[in-house]
Amino acid sequence: MNAAADAVDREADRLTELDSPIGDADHGTNLRRGFTAVRQGLRDDQPSGPGPVLLLSGRLLVSKVGGASGPLYGTLLRRAGKALGDESAADGRQVAAALRIGVEAVAQLGGAVEGDKTMLDALFPALTALEEALESGEDLADALAAAGRAAAEGAAATVPLRARRGRASYLGERSVGHEDPGAASSVLLVTALAEAVGAGE
Amino acid sequence: MSEQKEPRVGLVLVSHSSQVAAAVAQMVSGLVGTGGSVPVAAAGGAPDGGLGTDADAIREAALSVDEGAGVLLLADLGSAVLTVRALLAEDELPKDSELLDAPFVEGAVAAVVSASAGADRAAVAAAARDAYEYRKV
Repeated sequence: MNAAADAVDREADRLTELDSPIGDADHGTNLRRGFTAVRQGLRDDQPSGPGPVLLLSGRLLVSKVGGASGPLYGTLLRRAGKALGDESAADGRQVAAALRIGVEAVAQLGGAVEGDKTMLDALFPALTALEEALESGEDLADALAAAGRAAAEGAAATVPLRARRGRASYLGERSVGHEDPGAASSVLLVTALAEAVGAGE
Repeated sequence: MSEQKEPRVGLVLVSHSSQVAAAVAQMVSGLVGTGGSVPVAAAGGAPDGGLGTDADAIREAALSVDEGAGVLLLADLGSAVLTVRALLAEDELPKDSELLDAPFVEGAVAAVVSASAGADRAAVAAAARDAYEYRKV
């Protein structure tokens, strides 16, 4: 989560820039506020094990972000955290299963599907890549790295799409030609997870 | 013996703007007249006071209007709707809370008129939903 908070800090301006032509130019600021609260909350409460860490982080994101990405990412982390339970560690299969539960909860909450030009266009390809890599015997770090690459490709593929959800959907055709900011932030988060696991955290 | 007050359905107005939420709350009370007897709370704006949604404020507002007859939440756009849905999904709102599918201003008026007449939660929600049926042209 700290790697995610670092990535959000580093890239907040770029996220906000992506959000200015088709959104309300606050995606980076909102996520920075949320992840600052997450960093602080994890330091104060020191939950142990991946499940409790995700649960607390998700709750803080829902509370502090202030934009649609709060309930969406918050739901993803909370559902994934619940799925992982109180175990002190999780293997690749458990991580992938928990993430699938989380991402599907996001899709349900937002009523969106792939191709709507949302964060799901990065998250679903990442999930598929993660599951396939684990299936073919790669370790979790390598599988998450593959997920990060798939998320980046998915985010890039949102450029020609027309937005069907969120504020950008009001722009109709004018939303075409811009990368979706939510998909871009999803790339950051998946990549941060991959880096953290790769570094053995 | 003091008279037992009948519990009313509570209404929470969730807007991206604190002014919009507060103004609509004030407007419904003014239009309804007896609206003062229906608990209405505004939860507008982001945690930093700017435009957006504050989940903690929504939770507090819902608790403040809960008299035991249910709480209805009316939200304007995007994050306001998603945050209420997320709070409901995680059981973080009072028992018998429900997100209204209704236009913000018209739905609020319909809900409070109906609640002030003593309607139950389902009837108040239906009155708010029916506000979509009122065509302007």
